[in-house]
Amino acid sequence: MDVMPKWAEVILVPLISLILAAILSALVILAIGEDPVAAVNLMVTGALGSSYGWGYTLYYATNFMFTGLAVSVAFHAGLFNIGGEGQAMLGGLGVALVLLFIPWPHWTVALLAAALGAAVFGALWAAIPAYLQAKRGSHIVITTIMFNFIAAAVLNYMLVNQLRPQGAMDPATARFPEAVHLPNLHEVLAPIGINFSKAAPANVSLLIAIVACVLVWLLIWRTPLGLEIRSYGKSGRAAKYAGIGAVRITMVAMLISGALAGMMAINNVMGEAERLVLNAVEGAGFIGIAVALMGRSHPFGVFLAAILFGFLYQGGAELALWTSIPRELIVVIQALVILFTGALDNMVRMPLERMFLAARTARTSKSVEPAE
Amino acid sequence: MDFLALFDLSVLDSTVRLATPLLLACLAGLFSERAGIFDIGLEGKMLFAAFFSAAVAAMSGSVWLGLLAGIAASMALSGIHGLASITFRGNQLISGVAINFLAAGLTVLIAQDWFQQGGRTPSLIGGGRFEPIILPFAEAARSVPFIGPIYAELISGHSILVYVALLAVPGTWWLLFRTRFGLRLRAVGENPAAVDTAGVSVVGLRFVAVGICGMLCGIAGAYLATGLQAGFVKDMTAGRGFIALAALIFAKWRPWHALWATLLFGYLQAIALRPDIIEGALGFRVQVQLLDALPYILTVVILAGFVGKAIPPRAGGEPYVKER
Repeated sequence: MDVMPKWAEVILVPLISLILAAILSALVILAIGEDPVAAVNLMVTGALGSSYGWGYTLYYATNFMFTGLAVSVAFHAGLFNIGGEGQAMLGGLGVALVLLFIPWPHWTVALLAAALGAAVFGALWAAIPAYLQAKRGSHIVITTIMFNFIAAAVLNYMLVNQLRPQGAMDPATARFPEAVHLPNLHEVLAPIGINFSKAAPANVSLLIAIVACVLVWLLIWRTPLGLEIRSYGKSGRAAKYAGIGAVRITMVAMLISGALAGMMAINNVMGEAERLVLNAVEGAGFIGIAVALMGRSHPFGVFLAAILFGFLYQGGAELALWTSIPRELIVVIQALVILFTGALDNMVRMPLERMFLAARTARTSKSVEPAE
Repeated sequence: MDFLALFDLSVLDSTVRLATPLLLACLAGLFSERAGIFDIGLEGKMLFAAFFSAAVAAMSGSVWLGLLAGIAASMALSGIHGLASITFRGNQLISGVAINFLAAGLTVLIAQDWFQQGGRTPSLIGGGRFEPIILPFAEAARSVPFIGPIYAELISGHSILVYVALLAVPGTWWLLFRTRFGLRLRAVGENPAAVDTAGVSVVGLRFVAVGICGMLCGIAGAYLATGLQAGFVKDMTAGRGFIALAALIFAKWRPWHALWATLLFGYLQAIALRPDIIEGALGFRVQVQLLDALPYILTVVILAGFVGKAIPPRAGGEPYVKER
């Protein structure tokens, strides 16, 4: 029997971790001579105070939903996919190739094709580390880290030597055709009478990200494959005796994970930049780790954590704009969240467990007299 | 075609300089991982040390105080890693990821607060840097054919930390394979329960190993900012911590092999800076991106076990839970 009730496990532990991270972040802000309360106020107005701010918050959140789900699916299989960054880079390459070389009549078809291209490229980039883990026992954390660097080199080569239009200086592809422009939230919401900011980059891929959250939830908790993935994640050996193939689950989980990370590209490459640039991913693959840890690998948790990090990103940009606090503050907060919700999980959990245990023994000893 | 140009003295000279931080970080990782604590936070610790060494050297004018500050900063991060992965038995990989981000963010944040130069330290001058050491008779020996230039260019004229790094290789080998401490340290990475049964503290040994790792990463970072370059710039480690990790696997967790592996990767970095030499020697252009990616590709190949299988310490990555 679990020591803690479920609500404490799901809500209390992440909340306390988050509060600890927030307190430390506030101390950091104090230490560099700024006012934490003013900083939070500025972040809230900047990120949530206007539909323009929301548009950026949700744009970032869309990226993080995809990468957070990617890390989560791998976590359920007991695998730590640290390669979301590289998989998202390759996803961007997939999107660019699909959109540049095939003339699409309408953005809807183009979006489906681009999503497929992104997913296939992301999945393929995850497939090699997955195969090496499953068949050769190479540690997937190390291989996915290496594949991030290799992906950066591949992208660099493709942009500098192959895809760059003639005469262009910066390493980027040509702009995608006008026909594949994705409607942003202004265009989506205008017909139903909501006036959303025109300038913000949030677009229809947000809806796809939400659908992806639902689909991942269905996959993990409502399908036989999801059961197999979770059993394998809990105990590889037990799963083996139950007839679940380690190679198959490792491959399938990583392919889904890589596909999800890759699909981020429909938001940042197709939706926002409308061309592929060198640093398109901007660390979103790594933020997926924080998002998945924060959201306890549950799609709804990932959804919420992605919005939180979207808020932090947009708020951080506002801070950098209006105060002398650099954008890197967000990286520090992200590190603290990973530290407390991931690595120092037991530090938060152990005292709580002791508390609940003490509370329970007190209750039982009161109701049932000791049989002496 | 001039194949020998690939081994031009200037290229070899920069190989030694570029391999030094890799070697120090690689040996750092070796101590930690041999004791059963995976460390993917080498990058962050180096970066943290690079910043604090440059910052303190810039403010005090003494590179030695800078070195100490760098070591202290890196060891502080090691303490966090130890707390998370040894005391609270958390996930060592996640802790490493957190440390990398913590360093990447804090260095720029503090640099901006202290120096207001966009996340960098002022350029170091004079006593703020490690100066090259000219070994005795280096100039006199230059005229001796073949050996003379090698001595004068390649062996002489590096900063003291380069020689420290080279000496750390036999030092590590001796400590790990010829002392009781080393035997215990290796045992704790293979079978901690046995060490515990023998009455030796697993937690204590692992903390010492993580501490040594922090110290070596600190020297590596200080070398980057005060020896190789003159000051700290944002993200200046540029993936070196991960190349060191790759070299560690390439070396199969052995000190002498770590030297050869980091020299190889250092050479790849050095030759990548001279595309003209490669083209002249091989007669065709090699893509720079391929050279950049080569250490990582080689590591994956090694990890895949196609060229001699790399087997990590058996208890690596697993927190030790004492039997009750």
